[in-house]
Amino acid sequence: MSVVEKDSLPKKATREAFGDEIVKLGKKNKNIYVVDIDIGKSCKTTEFAKQLPNQHVNVGIAEQNGAGLAAGLATTGKIPFVSTYAVFGSLRMAEQIRQEICYPNLNVKIACSHGGLTPANDGGSHQSIEDMGVLRTIPNMTVIMGADYYSTRKLVEQAAEIYGPVYLRFTRDAVPIIYDENEEFTIGKAKKIKDGKDIAIVANGDTVYLAIEAAKQLEKDGISVKLLDMHTIKPLDREAVVECLNIGKIITVEDHNILNGLGSAVCEVIAEEGRGIVRRIGVQDQFGQSAPYEMLLELNGITIENIVKTAKEMLK
Amino acid sequence: MNDISVEELKQKAIELRKTALTMIHEAKSGHPGGSLSAADVVAALYFREMNIDSANPKWEDRDRFVLSKGHVCPIQYAALALRGYVPYETIYTLRKYGSPFQGHPDMKKCPGVDISTGSLGQGLSCAVGMALAGKRDSKDYRVFAIVGDGECQEGQIWEAAQSAIKYQLDNLVVFVDDNGLQIDGTTEEVMPNQDLEKKFHAFGFETKRINGHSMEEIVETLDYIRNSKNGKPKCVVLNTVKGKGVSFMENVVGWHGIAPNQAEYLQAIEEIAGGLK
Repeated sequence: MSVVEKDSLPKKATREAFGDEIVKLGKKNKNIYVVDIDIGKSCKTTEFAKQLPNQHVNVGIAEQNGAGLAAGLATTGKIPFVSTYAVFGSLRMAEQIRQEICYPNLNVKIACSHGGLTPANDGGSHQSIEDMGVLRTIPNMTVIMGADYYSTRKLVEQAAEIYGPVYLRFTRDAVPIIYDENEEFTIGKAKKIKDGKDIAIVANGDTVYLAIEAAKQLEKDGISVKLLDMHTIKPLDREAVVECLNIGKIITVEDHNILNGLGSAVCEVIAEEGRGIVRRIGVQDQFGQSAPYEMLLELNGITIENIVKTAKEMLK
Repeated sequence: MNDISVEELKQKAIELRKTALTMIHEAKSGHPGGSLSAADVVAALYFREMNIDSANPKWEDRDRFVLSKGHVCPIQYAALALRGYVPYETIYTLRKYGSPFQGHPDMKKCPGVDISTGSLGQGLSCAVGMALAGKRDSKDYRVFAIVGDGECQEGQIWEAAQSAIKYQLDNLVVFVDDNGLQIDGTTEEVMPNQDLEKKFHAFGFETKRINGHSMEEIVETLDYIRNSKNGKPKCVVLNTVKGKGVSFMENVVGWHGIAPNQAEYLQAIEEIAGGLK
């Protein structure tokens, strides 16, 4: 695979990827609907609403109804994408998603912007550090976070094509574009960014970029790094994790609570296999606060430096 | 719509009540009170009003039925069994392993169930989604939802109601089974609903309050609604009696979610069967 190699990468928020892709998909397939919860501007669905009004619904500030209404639409063959912020799209609608979408296994996608700590200055109330963990424990649900603009577009497209509930999480902030526009992605299949033999780094979302940068530094010091973009944390690509066990030392990186997200999912495989060790880099089971995004990442050790330091410690 | 007389519908309601109680007795668990209060409207919908085909449960032009108060599914299951969606003997499998008749309606397991329900307050949103899709696709089907009066304490009911108004869903009919009781007591004690007809009316529904045990009034109301295409969703508040048709269950809070023992069951069946005398 080819990762774009540039010193200064162009940046784009992955919510833009959703906004752009969903218009394309909606034009192609009249069954694709967007259910907005009043924040279409933030979630980048206004273009869809403008161009495809007959496939658009806005329920106002009523997440629970939005989820249930989407379930009703899905029973008639529609493919609704419910669009809101990650914290509301997961937790405020959690029971509706469980009862009316996942339990009957309906074809509803929950497409959420402002994932992780990215709603930084909005403060802890609007940051979403539990969403992927909560939703991955619900049967039938697929949980995805793309690493950049192009991978997110491809994953949104695939989510529309597979049957069943999917949770897609996007970033508010612009993140570096790391993939070539023609790169292919498969839901449930980890993207191997590079192979290596000393240590494995498994990251997802916008932290993949941090992992790429950390890997570069480690390689300069003669450490060979295997790097995976685990864009789908459920179903987790177990095979890819088991492959990392040949190395034996794994670091997970995520903008999510270290409890129950990517790190936990990887640990489950490691524990079941009974070999290998893992260090989880992510939100340290604490709420965020209003601050610049980079500062919040730093407060939780979600940094290039910490990935490098952790790797070196593990290799001592 | 099926051509069936009011007298025949009353007979169907008796059969539904007997079947639902038999199911609950056999399962040794279930919800008799609310099943009996909703029996008459369910009879009218399944045997007269709804455009459905048991041989083709997923027919895309069918009318939809959403039992938002999913715990009273025995009354819906009775209708499905009597309408031929499943063999009648299925009634003896309620709440048992592998049964299409789960403790609460499961669309994946039971033919004729249009949406899984059970967690209160959520079904009406699904009904709105179905009705909206029908409008957008220029289909003639209608969506009938039954919600409980206690269930109207859930905020999501009102979220759903406002969206039904916004999208002018005159193909949606909401029945409120206003029997006045919930698990912890009367709705008046637990959480007063005020006047549910006025509430739905204030939201913009076309509303009516009728005697939910008068088949004449139910049929008359359905006849009116069928021809009312004025852009307004409909809400019919049914004055009902929890446990209706069984003397010792009527208006007794305790009969919300327990099964009758053998003696109680036999007495109940006898009273229900005698209902037309």
